[in-house]
Amino acid sequence: MARLDVRKTYKLYVGGAFPRSESGRSYEVTDSKGAFLANAAWASRKDTRDAVVAARSALGGWSGATAYNRGQVLYRVAEMLEGRRDQFAAGVAAAEGLASRAADRIVGLAIDRWVWYAGWSDKIAQIDGSSNPVAGPYFNFSVPEPTGVVAVIAPQASSLLGLVSVVAPVVVSGNTAVVVASERRPLPAVSLSEVLATSDVPGGVVNVLTGYVGELAPVLAAHLDVNAIDGTGVVDRALAASLEVEAAENVKRVVPAPRHEPDWTEPADPRRILSFCEIKTVWHPTGV
Amino acid sequence: MVTVPDLVTPTWEYAPAPEARDIVTIRPSYGLFIDGQFVDPRDGSTFKTVNPATEEVLAEVAAAGPNDVDAAVAAARRAQRSWARLSGGERAKYLYRIARTIQERSRELAVLESIDNGKPIKETRDVDLPLVAAHFFYYAGWADKLDYAGFGPDPKPVGVCGQVIPWNFPLLMLAWKIAPALAAGNTVVLKPAETTPLTALLFAEICQQVDLPPGVVNIVTGAGETGALVVEHPGVDKVAFTGSTEVGKLIQRRLAGTGKKLSLELGGKAANVLFEDAPVDQAVEGIVNGIFFNQGHVCCAGSRLLVQESVHDTVIAKLKRRLGTLRLGDPLDKNTDIGAINSSAQLARITELVTAGEEEGATKWQPACDLPSTGYWFAPTIFTGVGQSSRIAREEIFGPVLSVLTFRTPEEAVAKANNTPYGLSAGVWTEKGSRILWMANRLRAGVVWANTFNRFDPTSPFGGYKESGFGREGGRHGLGPYLQGSH
Repeated sequence: MARLDVRKTYKLYVGGAFPRSESGRSYEVTDSKGAFLANAAWASRKDTRDAVVAARSALGGWSGATAYNRGQVLYRVAEMLEGRRDQFAAGVAAAEGLASRAADRIVGLAIDRWVWYAGWSDKIAQIDGSSNPVAGPYFNFSVPEPTGVVAVIAPQASSLLGLVSVVAPVVVSGNTAVVVASERRPLPAVSLSEVLATSDVPGGVVNVLTGYVGELAPVLAAHLDVNAIDGTGVVDRALAASLEVEAAENVKRVVPAPRHEPDWTEPADPRRILSFCEIKTVWHPTGV
Repeated sequence: MVTVPDLVTPTWEYAPAPEARDIVTIRPSYGLFIDGQFVDPRDGSTFKTVNPATEEVLAEVAAAGPNDVDAAVAAARRAQRSWARLSGGERAKYLYRIARTIQERSRELAVLESIDNGKPIKETRDVDLPLVAAHFFYYAGWADKLDYAGFGPDPKPVGVCGQVIPWNFPLLMLAWKIAPALAAGNTVVLKPAETTPLTALLFAEICQQVDLPPGVVNIVTGAGETGALVVEHPGVDKVAFTGSTEVGKLIQRRLAGTGKKLSLELGGKAANVLFEDAPVDQAVEGIVNGIFFNQGHVCCAGSRLLVQESVHDTVIAKLKRRLGTLRLGDPLDKNTDIGAINSSAQLARITELVTAGEEEGATKWQPACDLPSTGYWFAPTIFTGVGQSSRIAREEIFGPVLSVLTFRTPEEAVAKANNTPYGLSAGVWTEKGSRILWMANRLRAGVVWANTFNRFDPTSPFGGYKESGFGREGGRHGLGPYLQGSH
């Protein structure tokens, strides 16, 4: 007789812990053919606010870490993911309806994307920072800095590669993130949370919510302790516009929802990191 | 008890030293500058611009209506393709020509700016105009080097830019907007502030003098309604706004869902942090420059002085003595330090907040200072004993009013400095280098001036964190807002 497998409970990832939704709600997640996969936590507005608090609390430590250290941590994520490659390939195959070979390729790209972004941690300031030759006796330099707490609405179709492609560029510079996972394909995001939790990523740096974009994204867009919002995963045009309206309340930086989900297998662009950076310019007189 | 030694020097009266005004010819009325020509408004109206120092009407100016803005955007659209196709080197030469012509006509522009804005000729002549010319020179040189600017291969202009600028540095803000836009291959529709349209219109004449292709620069004068028409016009691809945070938020909301690119340079409430080891006399000069430069009509003004408790009394005593030497009056007098408040509306706003400061229990001090009987004036003002929750510690006054708060430890200084929704600029005064860098790292502001304040340069990126806006003006970074796919 075949052994009965032990199923996983898919929970939220907030402040380094794995709580259920405070609301006690869950929703049914199916594979691409409609077969039951799991009951995912159905995050509430309260869970979302808790995640923002966790992200804000983690910001000082993460943004204050050395760039080298953040690079090491992101590389560690790639290492952990590599070790669980089969698990993720199965998860992506189920979520996205891919053949196992195609899913395995996607997981490989996702791992490589972590590696690519990890390397940027101590280089982004060197391509976007500058020493400025002002016309006067001053030393003047500009550096990119993290903008703060970033809300990320993850892509709806690409449940792992798309997710990694929007989260890694946010956190590599020292931001912390509150991520709303793909609504219908949230399980790879929860599994990724388990990788992050065991990869030296400090608790609260990445917080992952599963649930409904239309319910959670407006909370993040209107939240006054969120500095930027990435609307890449917002499909509904009216919702995308209303999020931008809400974002204006505290002049959030907005990466608007694209017309169509990008092809995440294409090479990434470091300008995505800079979308969530501020430029700080410092002046000091020279003289004896 | 701290005493400041009395200066035993005799007091010398200053003789009037007015700059000649006849270098400028102000026309009785001005049309809109659309497609290379001055035209009468189609469906707009007119308004008057006044000299804020005398309340004298200077000229009648057109207020562009919807059809006028349509015409300006259409002209910019027609011009954009050929402007972008022009080689970068040719675009650069037009911008160099503009820079040179500004230098040639700088005295004229400086006098006109002082008359229309109320700021001292010393500032327009020595700060605004040199920076305006330098800005065009700087971005001229980028026009044929965009491939090397770090915005990816083959960077593309955004298209037609709608730009709305404030009244505090009218021509300098025009330069900050137009120079990078044109260098990158965009064309522009620019709306100057309602109270300071004249130097922008003289700039339009310069565009004619240098044979800039028609439609590359269009200038539509008017008030907020005209500005709204510009930023909301469907033919505008990119909006750049400098002004209040309130209006900036309104624009961000209005552009929601349109896909238009946006950059905002908004208000500020900068902390100027003075440690006990700072060179006090030098710091006092910096504090004065930080808040009383340009009548405090500066978004990055050092309007909150955070002074370490141990040196508070010394600093305040020296500051008061220095304020007693500031000369307020005729903006065209070459000895004037503090000119006129730009408008009656701004004067009312300053007066309201100063009254609030007194009502909330802070101690107000002003030097003995005669205010002219006509025009809009406000004496330099210091508030001591200001609480963090006071309106004068939280709200942008945009006038010659300094709020003084104290701190004991560096950590407290950082916490208080960052305790604001704004994040445009900050100042640090200390002799200790490691402390400067420690502070600079923690201050959430786009520009940090250490042992100096209110310095500007075309190579130096400028712009805010948080509710002070996003996007940078100046430097290589200042090209990003005018190129597709960049920030």
